[in-house]
Formats: sequence, structure tokens, C-alpha cells
Amino acid sequence: MYVIVVGGGKVGYYLTKSLLSEGYEVVLTEKEKRRADELTDELSESVVVRGDGCEAMFLAQIGTHRADVLVAVTGDDEDNLVSCQMAKAKFQVPRTIARVNNPKNQVIFQKLGIDVTVSATNIILSLLEQEIPRHSFVNLIQLKQAGMEIVEVEIPQKSPSAGKRLREFGLERDMYISAILRGDGSITPSADTELQAGDKIYALIRDTKETEFRALLLGDAVPVVPVGGRA
Amino acid sequence: MNIVILGCGRVGSTLANIMDEAGHVISVIDRNSDAFRRLSQGFKGKTFIGEGIDEDVLRRAGIEHADAFCATTEGDNRNIMASQVVKTMFNVPKVITRIYDPIREESYREMGLETVCPTIMGANAIRQILEK
Repeated sequence: MYVIVVGGGKVGYYLTKSLLSEGYEVVLTEKEKRRADELTDELSESVVVRGDGCEAMFLAQIGTHRADVLVAVTGDDEDNLVSCQMAKAKFQVPRTIARVNNPKNQVIFQKLGIDVTVSATNIILSLLEQEIPRHSFVNLIQLKQAGMEIVEVEIPQKSPSAGKRLREFGLERDMYISAILRGDGSITPSADTELQAGDKIYALIRDTKETEFRALLLGDAVPVVPVGGRA
Repeated sequence: MNIVILGCGRVGSTLANIMDEAGHVISVIDRNSDAFRRLSQGFKGKTFIGEGIDEDVLRRAGIEHADAFCATTEGDNRNIMASQVVKTMFNVPKVITRIYDPIREESYREMGLETVCPTIMGANAIRQILEK
């Protein structure tokens, strides 16, 4: 597999090193001469190429047409966007991955055709929020194309939901409760399953039904934690 | 027309002055407040300091009610990203993107941006004089 990494900052450098040790064919591109020279000393001449990863001519020189993945990890979102878009439009690279520095840009990048976006800020935010127990409702994964999401709901102590059977909640067709974790084990839910305080419910629901689903199980008083923070 | 201009450099400020003079409602965005010195004394439009690729800044500059958006910063990629944000998030009817790099200009024109490439325009203008 041939991977092009655009941007020789810390992220690009360590990513390239890891990819090399995994046995991938990697080229790391860096625009600035001084940084490119430093990187060449640390990695090797065959890996580091100095040039602008947004320029079609340069991308052609490094064989972008045969790249399997292009990863743009510079510190500038606009450069990462253009690099990925050029790789896709001009060289039909099947997979483009962009680092997003401003978390607000994550949604925009997805709309503009970037396959995968990574925002360190959003990842840390969502990790933090997953660890905070006071949230009974966590949005785990968003399945964008299907318009669905996977959520985790914890039934709080003294919740009126405890002791109720699933059939009594009036769940709709696009609210699938897939699993319930209770104690150390898991339960495959049926309409007769009775909820208990402390149950962790994993459900696949339509993303437009999040508020409704939460209200059905918890009432309205619980804050929603969006996937990836507040983007 | 309500026009939002991103970048108050030579091109951006000249465009802002001309269109303001012609009676349009102009908002100019630049990340450097010094840049607004290029606007003429009688400029009636508004100025906003900030990054043009930031949705919030664009909103403050009135992008939601804009008829046209022109990206004229010195950075090709910034212009490209800002224009795409404006087109996809705010549905502004007319979006014009200045791109210096001819190859990039061609690519984004193919992708549907309305582009202006000063490099090619300048070269062609000089060529015409040479061949006259």
C-alpha cells in the first residue's frame, strides 16, 4: 500500500515513522526547505520530498495517481482540504484523510467530500465526555450515510424507567435497542425485558429521533452529549 | 447587491471601493485591521476582522443575506476553502474565487467554482501587447 503524508510537522513525522515500521510505502511531503532538510536527516531521502502537497504538478511527480491513501496533516485546515480535494479530483486517490485543526471544520470537510476527518480536539472532548458519569446519555457513533446513530443510555438510580418493560416505553420502529449491559453480563433485549437502575442500554436510532428517544427513556432533564463534542 | 469581500489587499480593497461607489452594500473581512487603510475615505461599507474560513466570522459579516461573495486573499487555499464554505453552507448565489495557481484554478473551475486567475490574465494581457 502506498501512502502519501502531506505536512512534516510532529503529526506527519510520527505518522510516517509508524507507517514505515508497519512496512508501508510512504512519502512524506514538506513545503519548507529547513523542515524538509531536518526530516530528511531523521528519516531518509527516499521518504521525504520537499514540495507543496496542494500543487497538482508536485503531486504528479510523487506518483499520487497510484497512491492508495493521502493523509493531509498540516497545521492549516485550508491546505489539508485542498490537498485532499486535489488528490481525489485529479488523481482519483480512493481514500483521503484530513486532519482538522478547527473542530468546527469537521462537518464542512465531510460535506466537501473528504473521506475521513480527524480532529484531536473533538476526540479528546468526546473521550472526556464518555468518561464523565453524570451524563446518562452518550452519542457513541454517527452513521452519517444511514442517518442513524448508536447511543448509550444509562438508567439512573430512582429512575421511573426502572421496573418498566421495554414494550411499555412506546419505542418507535427506528429505535432499536441492541443490547443491555447489566452488572458484568449482557442481555439480549426483548419486548418483555424489564429495565433496572444501572442498566446500560445500547441502541441504534434514527439521528432525528435522539431527543424523543432520550425523553422516552429518561425524561427531558438529561443533557445530550453530541458525538465528537460540540461541532 | 449585498456583497461580502474576503481579503482587503490590493484587489479586495479596490473591488470594495469600486462596488461601494457603485451603490452596493459592502462588507469586507480581513484578519489584519491595518488592511482596511486601503479603503477610500468615503467608504460606506462595513469592515470585519477575522478568518474568512470561519463560519462565525462569515455570519457576522452578513453572509446569510449576501447576494455575492468574493474571495480575494493572497492565499489560494484560503480562498478556495472560504468559497466552498460559503457555497455549501450558506447557498450564496454568486461566489467568485481568486486563485493564483493556474493548475489549481483549472481544477476548481472543473469542480464548479467560479474562478479568476490573475496569473493567466496578466500573462495574456502582456502577450496581447507583445503581439500587437
